[in-house]
This record gives sequence, C-alpha cells and structure tokens, in this order.
Amino acid sequence: MYLRNDSRPQGSRLSLRVAVLGGVAVALFAVLFFRLWNLQVLSGDEYLAEAKNNRTREFKVIAPRGDILDRNGEVLVDNRTSLALQLNTQKLPEDPAEERAELARLGELSHMTPRKVRRTIAESEEVAAGAPVTLRQDVGYELIAYIEENQREFPGVTVQRVFVRHYPHTSLAAHVLGNVSEVSEEELKEPRYKRLEPGDEIGQAGVEDTYDSFLRGDPGLTRIQVNALGQPTPGGQLVSMPPIPGDSLKLTIDADVQTAGEGALAARGLPGAFVSMNIDNGQILAMGSNPSYDPTVLTEPTQAQVNELYRDEVLAPLVNRATEGAYPTGSIFKIITALAALENGVITPDTVVQDNGLIEVGTQEFENAGGVAHGAVELRRALQVSSDVYFYLLGLDMWKTNELQEWAHKLGIGRPSGLDLPEESEGLLPSKAWRNQLYSEELTDRPWSAGDNIQLATGQGDLQTNPLQMAIAYAALGNGGKIVTPHVGMEVEDAAGRVLKEFEPKIQRRFKINAGYRNAILEGLHAAAQEGDGTAAGVFGGFPIPIAGKTGTAERPGHGDQSWFAALSPYPNPRIVTIATVEGGGFGAESAAPAVLDILEAIYDKQASAVSSAGGAE
Amino acid sequence: MYATRTRNARPEPFAVHVGIGERLGLAHMDWPLTIAAVSLIAFSVFVLGEATQTDVPGDPNYYLERQAIYALLGIVGMVLLTRIDYSRFRELRVGLYTFLCASVSLVFVFGFAARGSRRSFELPFFSFQPSELGKLLLVLALAGFVIDGARRGSEVQRTVRYLVLGLAPAALVFLQPDLGTSLVFGAATLAVMYFGGVPWTHFAVIGGALVVLVALVLVAAPAAGVPILKGYQKERLTSFASPNEHSDGAGYQQNQSKVAIGSGQLTGRGDKATQTRLDFVPERHTDFIFAVIGERYGFMGAALVLSLYALLFWRALRITTLSKNVYGTLVAGGIAVSLLFQTFVNVGMNLGIMPITGIPLPLMSYGGSSVVATFLAVGVLQSINVQAHLSQKGRFAW
Repeated sequence: MYLRNDSRPQGSRLSLRVAVLGGVAVALFAVLFFRLWNLQVLSGDEYLAEAKNNRTREFKVIAPRGDILDRNGEVLVDNRTSLALQLNTQKLPEDPAEERAELARLGELSHMTPRKVRRTIAESEEVAAGAPVTLRQDVGYELIAYIEENQREFPGVTVQRVFVRHYPHTSLAAHVLGNVSEVSEEELKEPRYKRLEPGDEIGQAGVEDTYDSFLRGDPGLTRIQVNALGQPTPGGQLVSMPPIPGDSLKLTIDADVQTAGEGALAARGLPGAFVSMNIDNGQILAMGSNPSYDPTVLTEPTQAQVNELYRDEVLAPLVNRATEGAYPTGSIFKIITALAALENGVITPDTVVQDNGLIEVGTQEFENAGGVAHGAVELRRALQVSSDVYFYLLGLDMWKTNELQEWAHKLGIGRPSGLDLPEESEGLLPSKAWRNQLYSEELTDRPWSAGDNIQLATGQGDLQTNPLQMAIAYAALGNGGKIVTPHVGMEVEDAAGRVLKEFEPKIQRRFKINAGYRNAILEGLHAAAQEGDGTAAGVFGGFPIPIAGKTGTAERPGHGDQSWFAALSPYPNPRIVTIATVEGGGFGAESAAPAVLDILEAIYDKQASAVSSAGGAE
Repeated sequence: MYATRTRNARPEPFAVHVGIGERLGLAHMDWPLTIAAVSLIAFSVFVLGEATQTDVPGDPNYYLERQAIYALLGIVGMVLLTRIDYSRFRELRVGLYTFLCASVSLVFVFGFAARGSRRSFELPFFSFQPSELGKLLLVLALAGFVIDGARRGSEVQRTVRYLVLGLAPAALVFLQPDLGTSLVFGAATLAVMYFGGVPWTHFAVIGGALVVLVALVLVAAPAAGVPILKGYQKERLTSFASPNEHSDGAGYQQNQSKVAIGSGQLTGRGDKATQTRLDFVPERHTDFIFAVIGERYGFMGAALVLSLYALLFWRALRITTLSKNVYGTLVAGGIAVSLLFQTFVNVGMNLGIMPITGIPLPLMSYGGSSVVATFLAVGVLQSINVQAHLSQKGRFAW
C-alpha cells in the first residue's frame, strides 16, 4: 500500500503525481511570464502613455486657525464655521445660453447681479485657476436645501464648510489682534509664506501676522483621480490626510483692563491711545487706539464698509495710535530732561531755580502754561507743578551738547521698540545733527538753535513719539535702567492646552540710573499726581493706590492741545506703567489723566478682588 | 548481576565527529531553497524601503524597519524548525488542528476589525493573524490525519473525511470574512489529498462539484435572493473578466495595477514610477507589491522575482520525493502547493488575469504574520530535507 508511513513512499505512483503537479506548475509560471512579457514589453508603450495620462487633483482641506486668548484664557478670537456657496466653473454647462441662465439663477440666489457673478469668477480664476469660486459666505440652510433639491439646475454648485474668524468681543483689542485675509501674490514670494498656495489665509496685521506660523496650522489633503475633463473618476479617491489645526496664542493682554482703557477713550469721543505695561518684563497688559473698528468687517468685507475704514484720514480707525502715533508729548517728557541734566551734572536734585513765568532767549520768549510764575522751585516742586521754566533752562544749558538727545535715545525715544506687532513707527527725536543736515539740504529755513532744545526739554517742537515709546522710557526710570522689549504674545498652546512655547523677550539694554536721582524724580511725580497742588492731584487725590504720575499738554500745530498722562504704580516701587493720550483733549488732567485713572482702577480693583477671594494670598 | 556501568560512561552510539554545521542541522539544509527564500525577503525589504517613503508621515522607514524585523524573526524560526524532526508534528496532529480551529474562531470574539473583517489579534508590537500560521498548521495536521486514517473506511469515506477536516477551518476563515485565505486552505487540503493518493476519479468529481458551486454562488444564489459572497467580494471576483465594465470599483484597482506594471516596460521607471507612488495602485505595500516591482524595476525585476518563486517551488516539490516517510511527502506537497497557489493568484491578480482575492504574495508583501508563517513553512521543508539525508545515513535525529 502507498500509505505505509515508515517506509519511503512508493516510487512510481508518487513520481506520476509529482510530474503532473510539476507540469501544472510549469504551465502556471509560463502563463505569468508570458503575461508579464505581454504587458511590459509588447504593450509597454501604451501602458506608459496611459500612466502618464493619469491625472490627479488635490483638494486642500482647510485647517482651522488657532484661537487667540487673553492672559486669563478669555477668548478674544476663535473660528466659526460658515457655509459658503461655491461654484466649480469647469462643471458649468457647455452651452453658453444654459451657462448664462445658471449664472443668472445663482446671482438671484446670492443677491448678486449676473455681471457681479461673472466678475467674482474672473477675479478668483486669476488668483487660483481651477479652484472652486466662493460666491457667497454664510448662506442659510434654506438656500442649501433649495440647491440640493434642484441640483440639476445648478451643475457645479456646492456648499462648502469654511472657517471664518469670529470676535466674541467685537472691536476689543482690534489693533493688537489684527485680521486675516487671503495671501496675495507678492506675499507668496516671501520666504515665510513659501509653503502656501493662492487662496490660503494668512494674518495681515497685529498678532495674526506676527504669530501667523503658530496660528496657521497645516491643511489636510485629499487626492482624487480625475479624467481628462477634470471630473473625479468614480472610486478614484487616492489619499486623504486630515488637517492639523493651528495652535492657540495666549496674549499678555488682560481683557478687563483692555475694556476699561477702550471704554475710557471712547467715552471722551476723541481720537487717542493708551498702553499699560509691566515695567520689569515688558508684558503689555492693555493697549488700544481710538477710534477702533470691528475686525469682522475685514474678514468678509463689503466694499462700503472697507471704504469707510480706509477713507477717513482724520479718524483713521485702522491706525494703532499707541504705536504708530507721531505726537509731541508735552510735559511727560520732562523726566527724560531731568535724568539727562542730573546724570550729566547740570543740576542736582536740590538745585533751586527762580521761575518767573517766562524766560527770554534772544528774541524769543518761552512762558509757562497760562503764564503762571511758580517762584523758587527745585526738581521735585518743578515736577509737581510742572514748571516749564525750570526745564526750559535745562534745555538751554544742554543745547550745544548732545546730552539730552543721548539720554532720550538711550531711553528709546525715536527708535524701534522691538514690539511684536508689525505696526509701529519710529518717530523722530530732533537733534542738532538732524536739523543741520536738513538745513544743508535746504529742506528747512534755519539750523539748530537753542530754541529747538528748549522746546524738546518740555516735549514740544519737532519731537514725534508715541505712547509705547514713552512707556518704555518711564519703565526704565521705574526699574532703574532696564530697557524692556514690549510684547503682547505670551505663550503658544496646543489644542489640549499644553504650553508649546513661551515668549520672554530679553531686556534690550541696561544702563545705570543713580538711585538718588530716580527717587527724586519719582517723588516729584508722586507729588504731581497725588499731593497738594500737584497737576493731577484733582484726579488722583482720592485714588487709594499711591502712584507717580505726570501730566502733559502738547501743542500740536493745526490741532487742539493734546492731553497726556503717564503713571508709574504703585509708588514708590512701581510695577506697571500706564500712559494715555487724547488728541485735542486739552490739559493732561482734563482727559488723559481720567482715562489712566479708569485703567488703574480696573487693574487694582481686579487685584483687590483677586487678593480678597484668595484670602490675601498675594 | 546488574550492569555496573554508569550512564555517563555509556559510549556514543555513533562514533563520528559531528561538526558544528551538522549540529545546527545546517549541513543538510537545501541551500537553493534557503537562497530563494532569503533573496525574496531581502528584495521585499528593499522594495518597501524605496516605495513607501512617504506612506507614513514623519517615518519614512516605517514599513522597511518592520518588515526587516519580521524577516529576522522568520529566518530564526526557519533555522530552529530545520533542527527539529518534523515527524513529531504528526503525533501532535490533534493538538495542532484544535489550536488552528480555536485561533481562527477566537478572532470573531477578540479580533481586531479592519475594513469590516476580523482577521487578527492586536498584540503590543504586532497584529497576529492566525489564519496565516493556519495554512501551515492545516497541512501538518491534515497530513497526519490522512496517514492515520489510511486503512479505515472505503476510499469514498476517506475522501469525504479529508474534505470535511480541511474545509471546516477554511469555512471559519471564509466567515471572517477572508475569502483569499480560505481558498489557500482549500488548495492545501486538496494538495495533501493529492499526495495522499486519493484516486483521480475523486478529483474529477470534486472538480465538477467546484464548478457547480461557483455557478451557484455567483449566479444562482443571488438570483434566489441568498447572497453568499459580500458584494465587494463578488465584484472583485468577476471584474477581472470584464475590467472595462467595472472601471469604477474593483476593476479600477486592477486596471491601475496593470497600467503600473505595463508602464515599467523592460527596465522599469525607478523613482519616476507615478502609478504606485501617487496611490493609483492601492495596497501597494501588501497585495499589490508586485505592481510596484513591475513599475519600478520593469520586466527584469519582475521576471527575477518570478524566477525566485519558480526556484522555491521546484525545491519544495523535489523535497516531496526525498522524504524519509510519507508524512514528509504529504507535508512538503501541501506546503509546495499552497506557496504555488498564493504566488500564482497574487501575481495573476496584479497582472489582471486572476480575480482580486486579497492573498498576499509570500515573502514579498508587507506583514509579520505572513512573513513569519511562510518562513516557518520553509523551515518545515528544510527539516524534511535534513531528515531525509540523516535517514539515508542510518540516523534518526541530530
């Protein structure tokens, strides 16, 4: 028998079966080899052509942009999903009459004239040929239902879910936040946008721009096979990668303080700006500019609204006056003059000057505001009552040297601050070299004179600066000579709330400020804000937190007096600098000081409630 | 008196010096078989390394590294099996068979579902697909049953018994559902019966029954409202016959695979291979890896791979004739046919002449279960070869 296991299998019967199986195997391999030869060698050319003809189309899946939060996690910007009516132009009917009819129907549905529809399509094709054209965002569900029911009448029309920036606090911190919009052709050439494609959205201003790379996220991808007409091949879905949402950005801004600041300026109804900053690390607690705007308008602008925003040159709501303003500062500049004079030995804190209400230099007269004579004043008193004559004389003493300009420059006047917002202007620090250069080019009628330096000593004349630069200078006085890097970006968090990156910009430079001089100036400022006949005692006299503050009233040719107030709080060991300015706001104590008071109340009310609720933990 | 010699002093029964190679059982390995198997897996690792760089974002060598580890595990397993006398598996046939049926049943309960079918267990480093190892277990167990029952019952009764024993696990795998592997189980069952001497007339009847069954499953049963195959399975099975009719579904994949292979021409497109790189061809690291080889390395590469499979099969078939006992012949025959069947069906599917059944290409497709199980099967073949050589020298074991 064949199957007796312990012996070797019987030769002949096994051999036959092995031979038959071997023959079958030879036949099968022959089939495979022949088929392979046939496909690759005999018909290879055709298949190669077919492979090269295989087209794919990639569809991007938009990644939601990261949220922007205030320092306490309050949402300032997030996304809402919106339904967008989109049209794939390649699917429009080929017959021109039918196409016209469809566009007319679409126009009716999206409240556009047929001409407008055609223009929208043409504009979109220019930017991103072949991409679906968005005809209208935020369409309602009724419209979707109608289009789906009548799909045959609307070939190529789809409703796509898109992300739109949403601002829960409407215009709050609009200048800090900035806005997003489609990347332009020029921007695409910049290295930082090299991975983007037409139609992608990027931050265009504010932190949306600065921190764009964190907020943006990575789009997903769907690749499908299409035929020569560009239509998807059924079953031809090749690959699908989900998008990676952008990370969240936490700002140093405190929404409550910001609200108080913006409210204080808005209540006065005049253009102006404010900034409140930690003097040790440069974190900006609040920064705003009045008038403001609702960034939603820039998300999906209608032409009329945009015109309104851009055309108004006087109010210029898009300008961030806190960083882009170019103003003389009036008397709040006097701390810089005082520092320069003290550190250069021009005066001591106790040097007494007789203030008779005015001085004459050559043919020019320089008088105190209102012509008041303050009598014999030393530094503290001069600051308390804001004696101009005292500082005129310092300006006069230093007009040939560059000492005042050197100190102003050291303190950050007329130079970029390193702020993490794209919108910033350098301003102008007038100096002998600057004016004489202009004069040699015949751009001005006279060279540098003592009068120029006298003006500068009280923050007048050609000086152009902004609240942020003054805040940095006051911060340096308060912290003893550290020039901080002001910033609004605090940290980047992922969707799960894990901190991915913290922003702690370095101190830009340090120099020595004599502690005695610093204390003398702060004493004068404290007296000005809260003691006796100090210039702002009427405003801050009843404020429970001791502060050091200085009013300023700047004459701006062609405008009304500009009101300023700068405060370091709490006195004598300040931690926060707060500065406000109001265009045409009159005396410093009239409008800027009350605005600062509103901001400080918001800061310290909050601290007080935090302390009481935490059982005095701080 | 009892013997006073201690056990230790007992002399070696065979006073020959045994070399290290012989001790490891490597001396009587079938080297062409080893070379064919190792060349195929080496080529597999190479192809995966080149063609799947972008498949796993952030980990370009994902498939390469894993397949290399599976290859090493498989080779170690093969060498270990080479040293064992395969005849022991005959004694273990009931245990092996029980384990086979239990493991393919347990995936219904604990299995990891992928694309609507439960085929594998999720282990910490590895997803284990029992039906892959099952191919080898079925051959080892069934060959034992065939020899065991050789004298019981009539020839017809025996044939029916073998069929039931072989088709029971095949049916379980079919229900997972994994049509391709259940077909391999069926082919292995028929192969063991074939080498077990089942009469030709019985095979003729079985063949006739198969034709009727296919007709029933594909035509009659759906017409009567009792679909046995899932829709996609039927579509895959029939679309190769008329690819243009089905250019959207299963026929689409097969058409793209044909275009990929054809476009490779004589020498291949190398890194310009768009068909397989741009995802026109699905499952390029598993079922359609032959299309990747065809497109990237052309007729030269694909023919080389086919030649290695021919070599593999030839050596396996040769071992059936060398075996020291019938069990070895049946096991070698079962393994040889299941390798041939898988190779032909998979390559045929890539070339558009066989239906899409989801059978991986042995030693080439990515997948730990398949690679390791195939190496174990090759190890059993090696063991049969080694034992044949040793028995000719009058020895039973190492």
